[in-house]
Amino acid sequence: MSDRRTISVTINGETFEREVETRLHLADFIRHECLLTGTHVGCEHGVCGACTILLNGQTARSCLMLAVQADGQEIKTVEGIAPNNEELHPLQQAFQDNHGLQCGFCTPGMLTTLIEFLDENPDPTEREVREAISGNLCRCTGYQGIVAAALDAAKRLQAGS
Amino acid sequence: MGAKMFGARVPRLEDPRLLTGYGNYTDDFHLTGMLEAAFVRSPHSHAKIIKIDKTAALKHEGVVAIYTASDLPEYLRDTTVPFQVPNPAISQPFQQRLLEDREVCFSGEPIALIVADTRYNAEDAATLIEIEYEVLPGAADCKTSLENDAPLCHTQSLNNEGAKYTVGYGDLDAAFSKADLIHREEYWIHRGGGFAIENRAVVAEYDELYDMLTIWSATQSPFLVKQNIVDMLGWEADKVRVIAPDVGGGFGPKTVYYVEEALIPVIAKDLGRPVKWIEDRRENFLATNMERDQYWDMEIAVDRHGKLLGVRGNMIHDTGAYMPWGIISPYISATTLPGPYILPAYELETRVALTNKVAVTPVRGAGRPQAVFAMERLLDRAADKLDIDRAEIRRRNLIPKEDMPYALGLIFRDGKPMTYDSGDYPKCQAEAMRLGDYEGFQARQNAARAKGRHIGIGIANYVEGTGLGPFEGATVRIQPSGRICIYTGGGDSGQGHWTTLAQVCADKFGVKLEDIDVQKGDTGKIASGVGTFASRIAVNAGSSVHLASTEVREKAIKVAAHMLEAAEEDMDIENGRVVVKGSDLSVPLSDVARAVQGMPGFSLPGGVEPGLEATHYFSPSQSAYCNGTAVVEVEVDPDTGNVEILNYSMAHDSGTLINPFVVDGQVQGAVAQGVGNSLLEWMVYDDNANPVSATFAEYLLPSAPETPNVDVTHVESPTPINPLGVKGAGEGGTIPAAAAIIAAIEDALSPWEVRISGAPVTPSIIAEKVRAKA
Repeated sequence: MSDRRTISVTINGETFEREVETRLHLADFIRHECLLTGTHVGCEHGVCGACTILLNGQTARSCLMLAVQADGQEIKTVEGIAPNNEELHPLQQAFQDNHGLQCGFCTPGMLTTLIEFLDENPDPTEREVREAISGNLCRCTGYQGIVAAALDAAKRLQAGS
Repeated sequence: MGAKMFGARVPRLEDPRLLTGYGNYTDDFHLTGMLEAAFVRSPHSHAKIIKIDKTAALKHEGVVAIYTASDLPEYLRDTTVPFQVPNPAISQPFQQRLLEDREVCFSGEPIALIVADTRYNAEDAATLIEIEYEVLPGAADCKTSLENDAPLCHTQSLNNEGAKYTVGYGDLDAAFSKADLIHREEYWIHRGGGFAIENRAVVAEYDELYDMLTIWSATQSPFLVKQNIVDMLGWEADKVRVIAPDVGGGFGPKTVYYVEEALIPVIAKDLGRPVKWIEDRRENFLATNMERDQYWDMEIAVDRHGKLLGVRGNMIHDTGAYMPWGIISPYISATTLPGPYILPAYELETRVALTNKVAVTPVRGAGRPQAVFAMERLLDRAADKLDIDRAEIRRRNLIPKEDMPYALGLIFRDGKPMTYDSGDYPKCQAEAMRLGDYEGFQARQNAARAKGRHIGIGIANYVEGTGLGPFEGATVRIQPSGRICIYTGGGDSGQGHWTTLAQVCADKFGVKLEDIDVQKGDTGKIASGVGTFASRIAVNAGSSVHLASTEVREKAIKVAAHMLEAAEEDMDIENGRVVVKGSDLSVPLSDVARAVQGMPGFSLPGGVEPGLEATHYFSPSQSAYCNGTAVVEVEVDPDTGNVEILNYSMAHDSGTLINPFVVDGQVQGAVAQGVGNSLLEWMVYDDNANPVSATFAEYLLPSAPETPNVDVTHVESPTPINPLGVKGAGEGGTIPAAAAIIAAIEDALSPWEVRISGAPVTPSIIAEKVRAKA
């Protein structure tokens, strides 16, 4: 029998207690055990960045972590970014207003990556934004709308703070 | 009347769902009792299978069933994937079996399918299946595979030639005999894949009570999947429903029907439980179709003024081990070469080579980037040799606007003579040159060189047949709530159909876009459909939405006239209400929709048919030809070979624009793919055709730092062949990219007279070329 442990992980403020195989990776835990399917899996080798989540406020590739490593930790996924069901977060709104997404598959990882980045760099240059998302692959947009959205979001967040 | 929606630069209706994590991609489905599947795939590019032993695998925890070819129902054991597009030029149309147990012909070909309670257990068991192989030599390169002593791709084949054909027109001997300049050169364009960030995915569920099979697939073409399932598995069409839910990128490879889309439904029915298969990235590298590998041996004839006289040559196209879509890509290549130029004589012989690699089917651009590369490089060479500016030689040869429609002299892949319907090629080139400040470049280059920097400029043109038939339909229905629902067959993999199709419909009823839903990619929602590929949805589905909306509008007016006892010609529709012009009388569309549901025992108002809805299947008479010009400025470091794109300008003519915001996005994304094909994306195989680059760490997609912003300007030449005047826009950005980028690199390195005849070029290739000339 495979090795199993009971873990407790808080995701977007809700605590999920599950018995899981120790080899289960965190992205599969979030998606298939907690049924939060906004976090996507694109390569499972840590290059594409679609599975990026915020672990205790810092970005992490959930495909490169085991679920058991997240025991007792706090996670934020794309479902937890908007302030409520009616409003988008300024970064999400900037993505819509700047055509920062097409198929939407890389988007959750882009958003989580940029939330951390804009928190640390509230007034970035275009080059800094491009470097910040250099570990997130998008095949649809050519990044132009994403970069524009990030720069626009920085302005909105600064104006709002 | 609200603001006009058609043509407006509005944000997309799709976005809030996708931005908050509430999209529904195929892997997001969790059905009760669902099992998960994993494949055992050939680790060899070519081998005979001697023995398969699944004993140990069957004992593994969680395994429910294991299928090899001999475990399939007898009628499916030797069944192959249906041949989609036959052509008499094809002599050896090899097609893939569902599972192979005799001879595997590419690394990644499926041999066994394991079904278990979890994907983890299925993959464990896959490693326990023991297969004995007799490894055979593989045909690795399409050029050498056509030589007499080459290893055979399929041991039972005569040779590795899958097809051969010649296209052309005009008197080539005369053209070449009177030429002032003849230049001959060989070109090579390398393989590239679609590499959507979402891999392929299939979920199938069989409902015994209704004898109904439902399949969710990350496909661009749910109706083609359904048609193939019906043809291949012999099931009744009305017992199969295929749904393309949210699809995480397509780019061509998800157009095609794959064996996994047949196997997962078969097994779901066999086991009586839902089954899910999610392709992993390694499988995507091995078993999802790719494109592009072509060798061109070409010769151009021009007069001393640079006027084109003729082009002739040979092309070899790599089709991989199987030909599910026949010769679509290479045929498009052959007919794309003349492009926007007056070319009096042309002939190209194409040989399609079988190699022990995954099948080749269209990838964004579909054979065109290769042809444009060959033609534009030939023009660059002629310009250089005649000392004419590279843009000027093009200008002298462009088809003038007054010559539209322009009959090319070739037959397109739809069997019809190629006639460019509309376009202003000189204006498009001029616009791109203005945007990229082509005239000011010489001064910039001189200034850069004075500082020891090497910048260069490149220009390339293309013409692309878009919006092919047979059709894509739409039902437009006004519901009793007053909301409008549009149903259409092609799936959406990022194109924004909800928004753009709603924009086509909204103005007919004066409603907001938010009042319109679009349900797409579901064979249960509309009777017929085709798919989202070949830049065809705006043309086909867009026109159908226009026609159906117009009919619904007329019907709403007719019924409302009856309800309000007014004359139809006095009525209009504003803000979702049918109004009697110049009066206070009006009725909301919701009431009209309810009225045509009927009341028991009463006749329908105005003698109309029930339901406030209409369905149209627009079928174009021919392709709508879009075109464009790319002007690219780069800086090259001659020591390291690093290329930085400083400026990327694109003038793009896709006819009338429904939403410039969306079209800009399509062009920008397509350019990025072209950047990958030019500088980064290299699928490496060993001498035996075994892939050695099967991760994103080895095969490099463009990432944000090296992808340029694209300045896009639109020249709008409405096409007369559909009621909206629209042409396709999804692929244009990719098509001239390699030609323009490589030309710019060459120009930057002109002090060394470096010549580049292929793509991609990596920094090491560039640095080596410079060193060889230093």
